Formats: sequence, C-alpha cells, structure tokens
Amino acid sequence: MNALKVLRIGPLASIQDQGRPGQLQQGVSRGGAADLLALAEGAALLRQDMHLAALEMAGIGGLFEATSPMRIALTGAPMQASLDGENLAWNASHQMLAGQKLEIGAARKGVYGYLHLGGGIDSAVQLGARAVHLMSGLGNPVAVGDLLPCGADPGREVGLGLQAEDRFQGGALRIVEGFQSDLFDAEVRARFADTAFKRGGRANRMGVEMVSDGAGFAAAGQLNILSEIILPGDVQMTGDGKPFVLLREAQTTGGYPRIGTVLPCDLSKVAQAQAGVDLQFNWVSLDEGLAIQAKQDALMKALPSTCKPLLRDPALMQDLLSYQLVGGVISAQADPFDTGDIT
Amino acid sequence: MKSKGILTLGWPAVTVARYFAGGLWVTQSALSFPIIRTAGLDGMLVTFADALSEPSNRATLAFSEAVKACAWPGVQEVSTSLASVFLRFDSAALCHAALKDLLLALLETQDWQQAALPPGRRLWRVPTVFGTGLAPQLAEAADAAGMSEAQAVESLGSARVRVLTIGFAPGQPYLGPLGAEWNLPRQTELTPQVPTGALVLAISQFVLFATTAPTGWRHVGQTGFRGFQLGAEDPIALRPGDEMIFTPVSRSDYDRFCLEDSHFGGASREEIPA
Repeated sequence: MNALKVLRIGPLASIQDQGRPGQLQQGVSRGGAADLLALAEGAALLRQDMHLAALEMAGIGGLFEATSPMRIALTGAPMQASLDGENLAWNASHQMLAGQKLEIGAARKGVYGYLHLGGGIDSAVQLGARAVHLMSGLGNPVAVGDLLPCGADPGREVGLGLQAEDRFQGGALRIVEGFQSDLFDAEVRARFADTAFKRGGRANRMGVEMVSDGAGFAAAGQLNILSEIILPGDVQMTGDGKPFVLLREAQTTGGYPRIGTVLPCDLSKVAQAQAGVDLQFNWVSLDEGLAIQAKQDALMKALPSTCKPLLRDPALMQDLLSYQLVGGVISAQADPFDTGDIT
Repeated sequence: MKSKGILTLGWPAVTVARYFAGGLWVTQSALSFPIIRTAGLDGMLVTFADALSEPSNRATLAFSEAVKACAWPGVQEVSTSLASVFLRFDSAALCHAALKDLLLALLETQDWQQAALPPGRRLWRVPTVFGTGLAPQLAEAADAAGMSEAQAVESLGSARVRVLTIGFAPGQPYLGPLGAEWNLPRQTELTPQVPTGALVLAISQFVLFATTAPTGWRHVGQTGFRGFQLGAEDPIALRPGDEMIFTPVSRSDYDRFCLEDSHFGGASREEIPA
C-alpha cells in the first residue's frame, strides 16, 4: 500500500473532502473541508478530481514520511514546508520519494492548510464520504503512527504552482437575507452591516464567533422560535445577540435565529480568519448573490488552466537531484509505462 | 427590542401564548401560512406553521413526499424540519420564481394539514427505564409537570409519539408532540453528557439521543436504542413519520434486552398499515 506515514501531527488535523450534501433528512450535516477552494486548488495542481480527500491541518502541520514515491500538493493557509530540509513552495505540487520526510510548520496567515496526495487519501468511505466529522462519530482525528493511504494515481506531473486568492486576512463577507431575517428590525439589519467585526476567540469547523463593540443584534422574542434547518453560512445570534457564522459542519437544525446567509464563496474567508482579524458584512440581493457565486464557480472550474510550472533558478537549487528533471520519470523503481500512461 | 418589531411580526410572543392555549393553530398572525421563503442562495423553505402541532407536522411530511414524487428537474435535495419542507436546487436549471410557482401550485392541490401521512411508516416499541440512576431527571421533570413520578411514567410510557424530524446529529429523532403538561422549558444549564439511547424531554417533545452529547433537555428515560450505527445495513434506523412507544421496563429487563440486542435494546418494529 502506498501511504504517507504520520510521524508528528498538530491537534485537529483530519481527512476532509466535499462532505455529505443531500443527507439532511437523516440528520447528517454536510461537513467536508473548511476551505473548499483549497480543495479545488489542490486537485487542480495534481490534475485530479476535486472530490478526492486531502489532509486538513488546523493552524499547524506535522512531520510525514513517504513509504513510496508519491505526488503531493500544498494549499490553503500558507505554512512553512520543507522536504528533507529543502524549502517547498506553497500553492504548488511536488514529488516525494520513498523515505523522504515532509515537514509542515505553523500557518503564517489563515487557519486551515491542506496536504493533498496524488490519487487522494483513500481512507474508508462512511455515509458516502471520507470527510471526518467527529461530533457525528464519523472518523477520527489523524494521530501519530497513522498511515494515510494513497489512492491510485495515474498522474505524473509535479512542479506546478498557482496564484491563490488571498482569503486569509478577513475582509468583506457578502450576505443575503433569508427566511428569518424579518425577525430582526430593519434598523438592526442595517447596523449589522455598518459594524466592524473581529473574529472572536471561539471558532471551529462548525462555526466562527464575531465580536464587535456596542449593542448586540438580538431578534424579537428570539428564545421562542421553532428549531429550523441550518444552512452553511447562516449567521445565527446567540441569546446575547452575538453573531456566529455557521460553517458546513454545523448541526442540521437549530433554534437560534439567523439574520442572513453568507454566500458559499465567502465561507473560505470566514473559516480562514484567525482570531482578531477584521471582518464585515455587506448585504447583497439574491440576484446579486447568485451572480457573484456563479462568477466564483466559474473561476473555480478554471483553476486547472491557471496552474503553471514553478520557476526555479538552478543556481539556487542546492540539490538538483531531488527535483524531477525528466517528465514521466518519478523514481528509479517506478515504471512509467505500468499504468498505461505514456504521456 | 422595540415593541414595534413584535407587533408587526407577530411571531414568537403569540406563538407561546397560542401553545399554552392548547397547541392548536389560530390564524391571527401577520404571516399567513403556508409561506414560501428563500433559504440561502440555493434553498427554498415551505413553512406550514410557526409552532409545533400535529397538523403542521403532518402537512410537512405529506408535502415533502409529494415534492419528492414530482421529481422536478433541478431539485437536488428535499428534507423536513418540524414544520417546514426544505428544498435545495440548482438555480441554473430551475430559477427561484419558477420553483416558487411549482410549489404554490402543489400547495393548492389539497389541505395539507388534513393530508394522509406517507406510507411505509413503522411503529417502534422501545423498552425504557424511566428514572433511577440511569435517567436521573425524571423526578425533576415530573415535578415541573405537576405529577408524581408514577404518574409521569404512566403518561410518558403510554404516549405514542411521531418522529417529527431527524436532526442535530445523524439519526437523532425529535419526537412528539407530547401533551401541553410536558411543555417544559429547556434547562438553563447544560447537562455535560448524556449517553447514546438517552430519552430527554423539553417543550412537549422527546429527543432520543443517537450519540453521546451535552444537552439542555431533561434526561427522563434510558433505552438501548442506537439510532445511528455505522456498518449496519441501515445505519440510520428511523425515518420521519415513524412512531414510537417507550414501554416502561425494570432495570433487570433493560439489562437483559441490551445484552441480547446491542443495536436496538430489544425494540420491536412493525409496519403501520397505510
């Protein structure tokens, strides 16, 4: 089995994919990667399907050893990365040889970094996905000694890079009104968009706290509403009128009122905001929201065409032999023709 | 909060008063049900009431089945909450206005509050220990409902409740409605942990925990029923519309049932005739 061995790992690292859409009726929340754009970027860099699973690392990475040659890509929150001591470019794909050690450090900005393997991480599929969801009893956090199995990898190409959209420093979040927005006075909704927020101290894969000066944002009689479906991006107000932006791993129903829903394409920005980062909400109409999201979906689809070979200065390369110099050859042991891929 | 908001919206305050008045719906709200509203960018929510009642949940289950049967192109998911049907759809294939028209037309085909419940429902009888050290908050709940513990066991143990919705966690049912005497508020403090199979109570509903979790509801009964079992043929046992009776048993019988049936704790299941 081709696998990546985990020698050291930060807390809360977990295997993630696109999650489990379509199972709300069974109480199964969507879950999946906190930053879906990062998942798409990794897939583009490895020229593979964006539904494959990757390792999500929260705040800090770990130390990994390849048990066989494999391709990797690094995306999401930029982290310090090196292969046997040589620095590796982030937002790029690389080759690992058997026995090589990959070290990933702390996030320089943002929260969630992603390590992708050629062929994806081939862990067990549960309820239709590999995404770990701890609260639902689906999977476990990655632990020291684990072997992350690689799926079959028909690809050969490495050394690609892309310009990642910077969603790691907060900013404006586009939000549409929803079925409970009317529970909030127009004045409260307007003040909500005029308020400068910072990401609060409480945040995880389920939701992110927003803090601000001044009055809270309570709804009329908000403790008495009937529990209702939760959508990723919903901004719920807790009892004291403090907003939480709910992410894809949030529970499927909830009784706190939601003032609106952040667009799916802005959720990466929410998940990737470190504590203290500035954030703000901008109301957009449904039509505006649909247009913004469609544009973002098109950009995501076009990601593969934006991946370009990394530029390297040979004079700065201390160990030329560690780079792949001949396309199609990945190691002395591997036969490039054995998969039928001779491109 | 300004009183203006409460008056114009007419929502929550009225809901509570209405609920204590017997749970039946009186249309004095500014909102006229059923209503269709957007949910996020790609969702639509059809809501039959702003308070839980048997007819509104019946309408929800029946309308959801009807929507699924229509199989409109572009609809990607249909699910229900206590009193609403949620649709997720591909707005490139089916625009909001067109979906709303389809929903309005379907709503007009019958009185959904009187609709027949969908076929294929099951009745589950689940052996349950009420009270004792296994379910330590029965006495407290009985007291809040103005009953003795024996009366509470009689009342809760004979109630035939419906799976109103499944939510919060995989396979975890909200069950009810129980009588108005059980309209107890949630606790202000969370119970740090209740075990899988815990039967907890608040606001005239049970939740039967499918996992180990903290809760603000009162732990009145304990069962060996596991609503979510990975690896089982049917990992999620219950479906909305199923019915359940929590039959009181002794501790020793409960232990025996759990030993003999680690999945359902001795629960029986029968089809409900359509």
